[in-house]
Amino acid sequence: MSAHAHPVTHHAGAPHGFIRRYIFSTDHKVIGVQYWFLALAAVTVGMVLSWLFRAHLAWPNLAIPGFNGVMRPEQYLALVTMHGTIMVFFVLTVAPQSGFGNYFLPIQIGADDMAFPTLNMISFWVTFVAFFVLIAAFFTTAGAPIGGWTSYPPLSAVGSIAGPGQGTGETLWVVSIALFCLASLLTALNFISTTIEMRAQGMSLMRMPLSVWGWFVTAVLGLLAFGVLLAACILLLLDRLALTSFFVPAGLVFSDTQPALAHAGGSPLLWEHLFWFFGHPEVYIAILPAMGITSHVLSNFSRKPIFGYKAMAYSLCAIGFLSFCVWGHHMFVSGMSPYSALAFSFLTLAIGVPSAIKTFNWLGTLWGGKIQFTTAMLFAIGFVSLFVTGGLSGLFLAQPSVDLPLHDTLFVIAHFHIVMGVAAIFGIFAGTYYWFPKIFGRKMNEKLGKTHFWITFAGAYLIFMPMHWMGIMGALRRYADASAAPYLQHMAPMEHFVTICAFITGAGQLLFYFNFFWSLRRGEKAGINPWHGTSLEWSIPSPPPHGNFLEVPRVYRGPYEYGVPGYEQDYLPQNLTPEQIAKAGS
Amino acid sequence: MSRATPIIEEHPTAEAEVHDAGMGPGGATPGGWSGGPGGPGGSAAGVPQRTYLTGLTMGLAAILMFFMALVSAFIVRKGLSNDWRAFALPPVLYLNTVLLLASSVTIQTARRKLTREDMEGFRHWWFMTTALGFLFVAGQLVAWRQLVHQGVYLASNPSSSFFYVLTAAHGVHLLGGIIALVAIAVWNWKKARITRATATEMAAVYWHFMDGLWIFLFLLLKLGQ
Repeated sequence: MSAHAHPVTHHAGAPHGFIRRYIFSTDHKVIGVQYWFLALAAVTVGMVLSWLFRAHLAWPNLAIPGFNGVMRPEQYLALVTMHGTIMVFFVLTVAPQSGFGNYFLPIQIGADDMAFPTLNMISFWVTFVAFFVLIAAFFTTAGAPIGGWTSYPPLSAVGSIAGPGQGTGETLWVVSIALFCLASLLTALNFISTTIEMRAQGMSLMRMPLSVWGWFVTAVLGLLAFGVLLAACILLLLDRLALTSFFVPAGLVFSDTQPALAHAGGSPLLWEHLFWFFGHPEVYIAILPAMGITSHVLSNFSRKPIFGYKAMAYSLCAIGFLSFCVWGHHMFVSGMSPYSALAFSFLTLAIGVPSAIKTFNWLGTLWGGKIQFTTAMLFAIGFVSLFVTGGLSGLFLAQPSVDLPLHDTLFVIAHFHIVMGVAAIFGIFAGTYYWFPKIFGRKMNEKLGKTHFWITFAGAYLIFMPMHWMGIMGALRRYADASAAPYLQHMAPMEHFVTICAFITGAGQLLFYFNFFWSLRRGEKAGINPWHGTSLEWSIPSPPPHGNFLEVPRVYRGPYEYGVPGYEQDYLPQNLTPEQIAKAGS
Repeated sequence: MSRATPIIEEHPTAEAEVHDAGMGPGGATPGGWSGGPGGPGGSAAGVPQRTYLTGLTMGLAAILMFFMALVSAFIVRKGLSNDWRAFALPPVLYLNTVLLLASSVTIQTARRKLTREDMEGFRHWWFMTTALGFLFVAGQLVAWRQLVHQGVYLASNPSSSFFYVLTAAHGVHLLGGIIALVAIAVWNWKKARITRATATEMAAVYWHFMDGLWIFLFLLLKLGQ
């Protein structure tokens, strides 16, 4: 067993030439960065779309450039649909899981790459194509789909009779999401195989960083959920193109001039069941990696072991399991049996238990720690704050009797934007500020970073807290023009406030773009371990070489040995040998 | 909350937990193309051979979820509607089923020949399996032709829609299996990361899975009419 001195010899395999190295690369690090930049492009598009429709919501009679005057309702719906689809799939699924997971999962478990590098490359390029198939919907004659990111039939199944954008645009939507499902399945397969089979010596499951647990459980959810959405997309595509009747009910009439459609007997509820069987795990696919990253960052900058490591790992698994049992809570208003609703309600409330375990353990980690308020740490704490806030409104919505009046209001928009949207984005930011030095060898600017944090944190609450109130007062989702309904008119000042906050918060993100690209060239050099972290990525050069490790890594302890008493430095890296410790102690 | 973390874990404990990911005596040969069941754990260039089987298992889990989604859609769609009309399944499906069952036997025979290093026998039975697979797919196409002759099309009725969707989805997956069979027959194993033994085992597991899945789907289509 010559593991220690055994040099890893495959560095010779590093590919030559720009295309093999940076475009069609099989190196998990390059692929991770590619995913990250794809998500950055996607989030930019998604954010601009949200500015446009927020402007229209606040000033319904305003002529918006590029829209030939005042925005029409179908254009508003197209913007909302594309915003949701882009954000949920190509940002919240891509960045925390495929982006950071690809880059750091192999490194943190001591592997030199994913188990199946070529498959990994294929996954990325299929995702890439899926994104442009979706964006292409904007450039069709009738425009982008208007059916919402959930694409409910019958509107999504009957073609352009249901509105502009529901023709070619909606077909592109379905094809894009089907491709995305395929790519995500391959990624999930790769993540799971890598975690099971590629761990370094000594890296037992209970020594994996919690970020790895996050990516691993997320991969399991993806593996079991995306196949269901893929099947649903195929059936929807057949309803659209081959005139089958999986989802389209009989005798559907759209107007006096249009005859009833030839479809018969299908069930829109069938789509809702299939979609949300995927859709609820999808919420956790977005948030679990952020939970893992948050745990990792909180422990590092509290200089304390994570509080309740095992409870953290098990609660991730519990949340993952429960996420498959609660899809019905998205369908309380669909006329489901009250008994089913009761069961879904109880199961949904049960998620509060592992969620509370995680929250208290995060607070327990902070308690009494020597906290270093770096930008990454601020975003991790911000994640905890948003997760608690958004989680609490989830307890309201988990109860059918409360959900019924609130379901189609801005209350739900506010709830899921805080708990799933912005919280996951905070996880992404925490990961970006934390790992930027490892990926690019330089630190991001802390002063700009902290300004960026406070603008984003305040902005998140200022945008979405008023929406809770507006929702309770009856402001409905999907209304392009609230001023048309007299009982909503008195909320106009709030609409203005939310929109202005959205503009300011969005403009604050420019700080991030600037900081990111400026630091790439001008940032302070980071060295191997700028944050005094313990996990394996901090034991290798920044940026890591092809193959990651200079020698085969070996792990001797868990990932959160911070605040170690009686030792010159206050932390023990996972790969520090007992001999090295003895030498330092003597 | 305890801050007294043990500084040094007992070395033997760490040793006992060491992941036995095949520190084979050969280790990684230069370039990492060890090919054999060796290679250090954690190196994609020489992953342990069972990694491929783990990957396949995950792939099969995803495929199972995909088909279970279609099957539950079948059950729900049938239960919710009053427009479901039964049609006579083409008799050629029985023949196809027998062919597919036979191919599961031949692929096992081929593997047995391979373990005995009887390459001639392996090639013979491997070819038989591939041929039976092709015959099955051709037979499914014949079944579709017969339905079209009866005037039963994809959009005729939910029962026929599901028939076409399920047989097509299964057929596409089986075609994937046939591609794997052909690839294994013509592959240059000297340069491969994966051994021929692992590849044939994977192909066989996949093939049996598709076989079992077909039996299940056939029963569903037959009894669920």
